[in-house]
This record gives sequence, structure tokens and C-alpha cells, in this order.
Amino acid sequence: MKPLVRVTSPILPLMEDRIDTDIIFPARFLLLMQREGLRDCLFRDRRFTATGESIPGSVFDDTRRTGAQILLAGEDFGTGSSREQAVWALADYGIQCVIAVSFGEIFAANAVRNGMLALPLPRADIERIAAVESATVDIEAQEIICSGFTIPVRIPSATRQRLLSGLDEIDTILSNDREGIKAFEADQRRLQPWLYEDVT
Amino acid sequence: MTAGRTLYDKLWDSHVVRDHGDGTALIYVDRHLLHETSTHQSFAALRQTGRTAWRRDTNLAVPDHAVPTVGRDLSVATVEAAAQVEALRVNARDFKIEHIDLADDGQGIVHVIGPEQGFTLPGTTLVCGDSHTSTHGAFGTLAFGIGASDCATVLATQCIVQSRARTLEVRLDGQLPAGVGAKDVALALIGRFGTGFAVGYAVEYRGEAIARMTMPARMTLCNMTIEAGARIGLVSPDDVTFAWLENCARAPKGASFAAAVQYWRTLPSDPDAVFDRTIAFDVSDLVPQVTWGTSPQDALPIDGRVPDPELAPSEGERLRWARALDYMGLEPGMALRDVAIDHVFIGSCTNGRLEDLRDAAGVVLGRRVADGVRAIVVPGSTAVRRAAEAEGLDRIFRDAGFEWREAGCSMCVAMNGDVLKPGERCAATTNRNFEGRQGQGGRTHLMSPAMAAAAAVTGHLTDVREFAR
Repeated sequence: MKPLVRVTSPILPLMEDRIDTDIIFPARFLLLMQREGLRDCLFRDRRFTATGESIPGSVFDDTRRTGAQILLAGEDFGTGSSREQAVWALADYGIQCVIAVSFGEIFAANAVRNGMLALPLPRADIERIAAVESATVDIEAQEIICSGFTIPVRIPSATRQRLLSGLDEIDTILSNDREGIKAFEADQRRLQPWLYEDVT
Repeated sequence: MTAGRTLYDKLWDSHVVRDHGDGTALIYVDRHLLHETSTHQSFAALRQTGRTAWRRDTNLAVPDHAVPTVGRDLSVATVEAAAQVEALRVNARDFKIEHIDLADDGQGIVHVIGPEQGFTLPGTTLVCGDSHTSTHGAFGTLAFGIGASDCATVLATQCIVQSRARTLEVRLDGQLPAGVGAKDVALALIGRFGTGFAVGYAVEYRGEAIARMTMPARMTLCNMTIEAGARIGLVSPDDVTFAWLENCARAPKGASFAAAVQYWRTLPSDPDAVFDRTIAFDVSDLVPQVTWGTSPQDALPIDGRVPDPELAPSEGERLRWARALDYMGLEPGMALRDVAIDHVFIGSCTNGRLEDLRDAAGVVLGRRVADGVRAIVVPGSTAVRRAAEAEGLDRIFRDAGFEWREAGCSMCVAMNGDVLKPGERCAATTNRNFEGRQGQGGRTHLMSPAMAAAAAVTGHLTDVREFAR
């Protein structure tokens, strides 16, 4: 996982509420078994008709938004299905920061696992950012810098460390907690021995 | 004196491997269910780094999302679906974890077979790469959905980093009226409080209505908790729970079972436990619910009318309602009962259990599916299918004109070939009415199995209470 320190790019504003993961990544593409190269599936039914033509007026075709790495949305972004393809497709499209009024919890967890910032902000702040064409999201300094104003933000320390370090979760757990996990299992085996009986 | 603890507190405290001191902790995972659609990338990541499973006996893999329901032979599946189902078998073999074959009697939807086989137990933590993992909370299990990266972490370390949730008590007072069930309660709660009301919380359902509920009904309610924004929905285990588990294949037996029950009896929330928030909801006068829009919170009593966006509580909702009505092809003010349907789907991890099929069959018995309506029943598991056949439910459905299918997720996620065509309208016992959920351009109305059965018979959304025998 690459460290994420700061991002400067055009803004992609999708100001709708309740953009669920079925909208972000329609279920029919879950049959694909890779995690890379999923950008064409992203928001598929918002960008293209059933026959594959671009839907006119789509914000995705707005040339001012080309190269956007920062996406803005309303309430409950990424609710619904746990599919991590929603994050992978956003990442493949180039998005590194999603700023929304609120998030589906599993989406937010998946984002940080992939080095993507999912930052909740009040709607008024998001609307201010939406009014400009580009911004800098500084994870290290915890602020969003737009031309003319700066918005201080708070990123939970665990999330911030994860993003800044880019460390692999499995590596971290196995190097810090291998013995702790074994000790936990020994205790649990005494207290709930039935969890260690053969259930298969 | 310290205050009492909630069920959630007890489950959390008993699984902390390391408290990080910042609101997060490393939590031990007792059980991991895997299906073909959310784990291939997890296994691929482990292969890349040469890792193996920390424990084998805590993992159980079964295909459900992409499997064909018209037969058990993969030759009837699409090429992509067959490849995914086969990949799960190979991944399970290579990582030496148990795999239930598509043709095996134990096959079914992860959230149906876990509880059915006693893989799901009170007092444990259980995860799965599927948001409806909240279902298992009905057993007093700390169960939640995770993404593919976390599936890999759980396979390799038996642990997961989690933030401790706040606790929300949803107290269901009163007794449910005839013809009204757990699905109606779930839809009514989300309809009243919104899809975001439980974000950040672990919900525990309590109260008189819960005490009276069967395990399948509790599972329906916990299943739908994710649609209220919470990953976790719980019910404190009681004698109803233990009776369900006593004869399950993978549950402890004999003296082990007795010892387990003794432990499980310590789990319910203490009488003086303090929840961060409480919602009280009286179910005594509840009316069967249906959704009209593209969010589960767009739920209304069946005797209601399609709402007018001009009367929405906010500008954001006005826009969303207008978009939803356009997508759903409905006009404001229209009686919900007048909405004609093309399809009926009875099944899913929400409502694909034997009790659900009994409810639906009770409405269908001696009646016919309306002309022009295609109705299918997809049991939640192969065991449910067999049990239903032993009771003759399949005959009731078939005689009425329903298709009787093999077990799987089918039209709840619509990736196995069972899909709506653009513009088709479906009365569904599933959990999500999102745009495109049952197929691109498909229109979904969520409801209980009895309500879906009534709609099948009349050809339009119908108040099942009119069918009372």
C-alpha cells in the first residue's frame, strides 16, 4: 500500500445523498475476479446507457474534472453491499480522497485498507469545496486548502497513521501480536473449549 | 459499583487481543464464512505474499452469490459464474479450509447455512465478506460484514482491527398483529428513522415482541439492520436460541452443549446495562409494509399512497424522491395497492428460510399466480428446500404456478442470470431496492414473504390481511 500524504487535483462533485455501492459498482461486474482495471465499471449506469453510449451532461465527461482525485458526495456515501470493488474501481479511476457528509461503515473501512481517505465533513464545508475547481487535501497537516480559504479537518489518529505509513495490515498484526493471539487462544480454549472442537 | 454491561460490551470485551487505546482494538475472530464473490481477491493477495491460513477449522466456504438456481450442474451457469464458483473450490482446497460443494446437501446462502448448521454460535465473533452478516447477531453473535482485504487479514491472522461501536437499544413493545412480521418491523423502523439512524452503533433488539419472536424472525430483523446503517444487529440469547441450536450439526453436543449453554446464559445485557441511545417502537398497530422508492427507507404501510416530492422534508429528499419516482415509474398520489407487478421473488438471506416459505405457501394454497406474472421461489439453502419439499410446500407453489428453484442468492443480487429486464417490476422479499439491484433498470418493491405471495396472486401490491383464512 502506498503512503497517502497529500493530494492536489480537480474536484469531482457528486452531491447526491445515499450513493450506495450498487450505484458505484453494479453487481453484475462482481463476476470479474481481478481487483485492477475496474474503472470502466465505476458508476457504470450513471455514465453509460444500457447500450453503452455516454449519458450526456454527465459530470464524469466534464473536462474541468479530468484527472480528479478528490470526490465529493452527500449523506451515506457507500452504504449497502460490502463489495470492496467500489473502492478498487474508484482507485483505478484515480480517486484517492472521498469527502462526504457521512459514509457507509464498511465502505469507510475498505477505503482505509486501500490507502484511500474517506473523510466525513459537514455539508456546508463540502458545498464550499464543490464551488471551486481544485483543492489540496493534506492528510499530514489535516487541512483542505482551496484557493481563498482553508478548512481544518480531523482525521482519527489510527486512520491517519495508516494512510501516512502505508503499512501492510497483515504484516503489522503478525509482527506486533503473534504471541498475543496465541495467548488469547490458550485462554479461550480453557473458557470455551467447544469452540476448538471439530465442527466439520 | 460499576454499571451493568450490554451484550455488545460482553462480546467485545471477551474478544480483545490488544486494545490500541484510541477507540480501536485488535479483535479475535472465531468464525469466518466465505463465498465465491468476495474472496477470490483475498486469496490472491495471500498467494502473492506466500501466506497461509492461521487456523483452518474456523473457516467455512460455500458458493451462493453466483450459483445457478435452475440446476446444480455448473454447465447451466454463465461462464463467468462457473469460473467464480470453481475458483472458490480451488482456493479452499489450496488453503486447506472446508468447502461445501454446490451439489452438497449443506449448500446454501452463507447467512442461512451458518445458523442452520450451528456454525453460528452465541458469544462468538463471526465475519463474512457480505454486509448481511449482521443476520447472525440474532444468536447473540458479534457478527459483521467486511471487505475482501479484511477477509485476507482474517484468514492470515484470525484477527481484525475494529472501532468499538456505541450501543443502541431498539425496544419493540407490544405484540405483532396477525399478518405482520419481522420484515414489516424492519421496514417500518427504517421508514420512520431512516437508513442512517444506526450508523456507528451496535443495535440490540429487545422487548416483548422480540421475546416472542422465533429465530428466523429475529434473523430477518438482524439481517435488515445493515439497511439502517449499523453493521451489527443483536438479540440476547435465550431458551428460543438454545432450542434452535441443540440439534444443529456443528453445534456442541452433550456435555459440551450443556457447558456452552451455561456460558451463553451469562451473555444477555444486564438489567442495569446502559445503552448510549434507546429507541422505543410499539408494534401493536403495525400494518404490512412495502417500499415505493429506491432506498429501504422509502417504506410505507400498504394502505398508503406514493408520496409527492413537493411534500418532502428537505430539498435533498425532494430531489431524491423525484429521481426515485422517475426510476420506479410511479406517480405521486397513486395508491400503493394499484401498483401492478411483473415478477415475484421469494427468497434471500432476509426471507429464504423454512418459516418464510411456510408463510408464503399459506397465502398461495389453493390460489393461482395472476396472469402475466412470473413468480419464483428460491430457498435460502438446500436443507430449506428439502424440508419444504418434505412438507409439500413445493407442490403448493408449483400448483399455483410458481417456479421452484435450487438454493442461492439469485435475484437478490442478480448476478447468476436471474435478473429483471429494464422496466420490469418485482415484489421481492429481499433487502435492497437500490437502482439496478435486481438487474439494470429493474424496479424492486420490498415486502414480507406473505405480502409477496399475495402480490403474486393478485398481480399488484396487496394487503395480505385481506387473505386471512
